[in-house]
Amino acid sequence: MWTWFHRLASPPSFYRFADRLAPWLLVSGLLLIGWAVWLGLFVAPADYQQGDAFRIIYVHVPAAALSLSIYTAMSVAGAIALIWRMKLAEVAVVSAAPIGASFTALALVTGMLWGKPTWGAYWVWDARLTSELVLLFLYLGVIGLQQAYSDARMAARACAWLALVGVVNVPIVHYSVQWWNSLHQGSTLLSAEAIANPKMAPSMLKPLLLSMAGNYLFFGAVWLRRMQNGVLLRERRAKWVREIALPADLPNARPLAGGPGTAKRGDRT
Amino acid sequence: MTKRNQRLLGVAALLIGVGVAATLGFTAFRKNMMYFYTPSDLVAGTVPVGAAAQLGGLVETGSLTRGEGLKVEFRVADCAKNIPVRYEGVLPDLFREGQGVVADGYMNAEHVFIATRILAKHDENYMPPQVADALKGNPDTGKHSCMPFKAVDKTVAAS
Repeated sequence: MWTWFHRLASPPSFYRFADRLAPWLLVSGLLLIGWAVWLGLFVAPADYQQGDAFRIIYVHVPAAALSLSIYTAMSVAGAIALIWRMKLAEVAVVSAAPIGASFTALALVTGMLWGKPTWGAYWVWDARLTSELVLLFLYLGVIGLQQAYSDARMAARACAWLALVGVVNVPIVHYSVQWWNSLHQGSTLLSAEAIANPKMAPSMLKPLLLSMAGNYLFFGAVWLRRMQNGVLLRERRAKWVREIALPADLPNARPLAGGPGTAKRGDRT
Repeated sequence: MTKRNQRLLGVAALLIGVGVAATLGFTAFRKNMMYFYTPSDLVAGTVPVGAAAQLGGLVETGSLTRGEGLKVEFRVADCAKNIPVRYEGVLPDLFREGQGVVADGYMNAEHVFIATRILAKHDENYMPPQVADALKGNPDTGKHSCMPFKAVDKTVAAS
């Protein structure tokens, strides 16, 4: 198992592994999202209080859940990058940030669009909304920090430190509605009470869970593709990248797929 | 100690340090993290008369009276106390008796909360109208008659 893991950490084998996995994640993610949208918009009944406005939950909740999950994943990758100096983890940190920022922005915007008809205000400075906004700034900080360095390794390590410092905000966002009074309601899915006694009718819950699964798979596909790009850029002088990048019919270029020996040439650090 | 263990220690120290700092900070500033005061807080006099504050709680069932124009009066309650609220203006769509609200405003000398803005606080329950109708008249099925809001002043919560 560990040898497989170590092999995966080498850029060329990761590249080929991701190349095989990403299309499956993308297709299954999009299918699940499509199914969830169909069920959520056309099959699920309207809510007894909010009417049809509640349907934005099928975008808002997966986006918000991903905004926290991606940050957590990013900081785990950051810890691996800092402790074990693993190149692939460095690439993982910097390539997760823009995706996480997008999902955070999506969660904020959909939340505001829902807040106006439901609460009566687009925005209030309560603990949940404010900490989620701080999360967006943390993502933007990681992106900005990465741009500020010309050396890719230095940039990735600085980003990893910032990701680790900022991870303290993840439990704050999640528990803000439990620890403090907020305008934002408590968790419908992930509180001890809600798991014991679901707070959502099954016909409304099913599309939500499907949409969550679909969005996670979609994120997986996008993350892998971004990491592939990051790996290619970093290893652009390596032989295995030339083999992939150069068209096969050019003289002194070898065929596209790497032969059995190529994995060994990537370094594992 | 190897270099790697040193780095491991560094990362762990950072995480623990930031975690402890955040815990201490947020415990000390707990009051500032609260978006609203509960009726118990206001009854206990936590907020001086005339000072801007937010009041959150449930609109007490049967307390809503409509005056001329857009004037309304109702009582906002938590599980222990309630406060009369006076407001003139547009109410959010989800405003109704038995539902959560957060009101911006201040306490006047007669201990009436004069609201300048009312927001509806939605709860975490989602269900189709038929299910909601079926639950009516059965108070034990998840719909709470009072919400466990957190009093900002901890001594109030204990009383």
